[in-house]
Amino acid sequence: MHLEVRKLMLATTLALMAGTSMAANKTLIYCSEASPSGFDPTRQVTGGDFDASAETIFNRLTEFERGSTQIRPGLAEKWEVAPDNLTYTFTLRKGVKFHTTPYFKPTRDFNADDVIFTVQRMIDKNHPFNKAAPADFPYVSDMSLDTNIAAVEKIDANTVRIKLKTVDAAFLQNLAMSFASIHSAEYADQLLKSGKANQINTQPIGTGPFVFRSYQKDANIRFDGNSQYWRKGEVQLDKLIFAITTDASVRYQKLQKNECQVMAYPRPADIKAIQANPKLNLLQQAGFNLGWLTYNVQKKPFDKLEVRQALDMAINKPAILAAVYQGAGQPATNPMPPTQWSYNKKLKDAPFDPAKAKAMLAKAGVAEGTEITLWAMPVQRAYNPNAKLMAEMIQSDWAKIGIKAKIVSYEWGEYIKRAKAGEHDSLMIGWTGDNGDPDNWLGVNLGCEAVGGNNYSRWCNKEFDTLVVKARTLSNQAERTKLYEKAQDVFKRELPFTPIAHSTVYQPLSKSVQGFKVSPFGLNSFYGVTVK
Amino acid sequence: MFSFIIKRISVAIPTFLGVTLLAFALIHMIPGDPVLLLVGERRLDPEFYRAAMQRLGLDQPLYVQYWDYLRQLLQGNLGESIVTHEPVMSEFLKLFPATVELSMAAMLFAVVCGLAAGMLAATKRGTVIDHTVMGAALTGYSMPIFWWGLILIMVFSVHLDWTPVSGRIALEYDIPAVTGFMLIDTLLSGEAGAFKSAVMHLILPAIVLGTIPMAVIARMTRSSMLEVLREDYIRTARAKGLSRSRIIIVHALRNALIPVVTVIGLQVGTLLAGAVLTETIFSWPGIGKWLIDSISRRDYPVVQGGILLIATLIIFVNLLVDILYGVINPRIRHSR
Repeated sequence: MHLEVRKLMLATTLALMAGTSMAANKTLIYCSEASPSGFDPTRQVTGGDFDASAETIFNRLTEFERGSTQIRPGLAEKWEVAPDNLTYTFTLRKGVKFHTTPYFKPTRDFNADDVIFTVQRMIDKNHPFNKAAPADFPYVSDMSLDTNIAAVEKIDANTVRIKLKTVDAAFLQNLAMSFASIHSAEYADQLLKSGKANQINTQPIGTGPFVFRSYQKDANIRFDGNSQYWRKGEVQLDKLIFAITTDASVRYQKLQKNECQVMAYPRPADIKAIQANPKLNLLQQAGFNLGWLTYNVQKKPFDKLEVRQALDMAINKPAILAAVYQGAGQPATNPMPPTQWSYNKKLKDAPFDPAKAKAMLAKAGVAEGTEITLWAMPVQRAYNPNAKLMAEMIQSDWAKIGIKAKIVSYEWGEYIKRAKAGEHDSLMIGWTGDNGDPDNWLGVNLGCEAVGGNNYSRWCNKEFDTLVVKARTLSNQAERTKLYEKAQDVFKRELPFTPIAHSTVYQPLSKSVQGFKVSPFGLNSFYGVTVK
Repeated sequence: MFSFIIKRISVAIPTFLGVTLLAFALIHMIPGDPVLLLVGERRLDPEFYRAAMQRLGLDQPLYVQYWDYLRQLLQGNLGESIVTHEPVMSEFLKLFPATVELSMAAMLFAVVCGLAAGMLAATKRGTVIDHTVMGAALTGYSMPIFWWGLILIMVFSVHLDWTPVSGRIALEYDIPAVTGFMLIDTLLSGEAGAFKSAVMHLILPAIVLGTIPMAVIARMTRSSMLEVLREDYIRTARAKGLSRSRIIIVHALRNALIPVVTVIGLQVGTLLAGAVLTETIFSWPGIGKWLIDSISRRDYPVVQGGILLIATLIIFVNLLVDILYGVINPRIRHSR
């Protein structure tokens, strides 16, 4: 009897231990699409790079709500903006620990020194760390932080003040972007002293939900759940592994076989099969992106509004959505996606009317058989999954109204370079929102100062530009919305480009995964995610 | 033999120079540069662009860049990756064992199956077996690698569930890289099941990569065997009353192997070229995939260094094949 009781107790203990170890060993494997260029978010530009660093290992002063473009406090608990909208004072969170790894053991919690180091490194080319580990920070330059931050000061151990040169209504959003992840100043010091500054890119230290463990190029990246994470309850995985799988079809096969539980970028052609698979879930969200066809308004005949209008109304958008986006998109009317605040809901497309378009061209003096160039991107993007096919469809639409479009394409870097120089007549391009601010659409892609840059229409309209520049200096969202809505009216009236579509973003995952949210910015985050 | 080797190595020097020039010229001839590609459709600040190009030394005239590259090379420095900032040599050494492991497995598959198929076809000349084997070899030779890989994954991994889809080992095993060869490292680690997992992961990519060389070897073995089987000494052996298997294996195969070995040597190039696609399909972390990614990112130092290292390898393998001739066939000696 006594023996039986002991056996029973032993069995119960073993069962409990087994249960605990199972619960304690939650591993999620994510089939990512490429090897990251490194793990220092400040240097990076692509979503895949950010997934492996900023979204897992790091935090920022402000952060985007998961699955949203709204910001929430991050390493800054709160902040105050001075009435001149130029001075931001951040109160930093206490008790936040940097990761402890075999290559770094922090002796103190996160504080103002870390923010100062991170910002100084971004804006000061002569910073000792930049001398020791020279690197480019494209996003810092893209969001003008290097030119617009006047100073960063430590008020006390937990308070930091950042002064700007000019008002930037999207400043807090910019700080929430992946590239602005906060590094450890203590770790940077250690690296500098040991002459290994470049290791900031290979052996990262952050405060984020996952701790970097190892990386095998083109094979896998391993992370451990951060048991000391300051956002209690957000880390529900013990291990997170990125299985680097370049080919989209193979990623899907791996997902089917449960060799991974979440996969990056499915092929549009696989969507139907994924939907039909009982073992998989398919999350979807309207993409925070826009693909468009731009007209070079500095060239004839695109300088004439009637010509742009005629070309615009001759494009059969529903056909493009069906063939190019395979139904996974919405037709676009505005120069920003509907999920962007300040989106003007009143705008409507001119009805598809080739006959009227032809008449308008004749009226504008454009002879039948006029030849123009139509540039098609050589790369696939979420906002335009097949630019060549789209070009062929538009070419055939325009042929019906007597315009002979010659399709032109260059290697991607060359394409952008020549397009920025204005060599094109009409051109396909697009954008995925960076920070959830309307200026990131209207200012960046249509502002006068962006001519020669991202304003491929080379369209500089005073009325539009005044509205956008003014909105940039205001902090009240309602006031800004009014200005942006007016600016969109001007855009639609003048049509410097034809918005084509916003693609739908699909996220296939195993039914065992819970809590995953699709990011509007195309990022993949695994905090708050668990597996059954 | 020694002077032969020296002669061959001295011939290799101009070849190396040619390779450096060709690799440098080709990658620079492709339009676009790493900074433009990095920024993509983002806003590009001209000052940022200028500074980045200067930092990378890409603002210099091409001949200056080439000269700098050669000078560094002579000091044994292949430069560092523009994208990852890692030395090219260390990246190569990390990834190379994976390619070698895959290529050796593929070669093993190609040689074993190719020789067997070739011998079978030769000995059964003109029969249904001959036509079937040679038909299969021709099909294998014409198979697009990408398509073949995906078909095998769908059938054997997804449908039949016999092999894993991709990777070198199941991710539950975290095997430290000691030699870089997964089969050896799993044995060293002593983790139960790890070696089996590594072998299972190797099967499909080895078959896919080995298919074309197998087809070539099979055809070569067949024609070479047929030629040898007509020789007088085979007839003599038959007349002596030797067994059929002894004649084929000892007398015919050994002599038929000489052109086959040449072909096997030449297949190393084919294997490395095929590794590019095979590694992409099977997420195999080798140098093929590394080079392709570097070309698309215009990572000049990696492309130049990678091509040079691969060329070295091919030259070395060809030298090895020449030496092997002598071992297989004593009539061929390089001592002259």
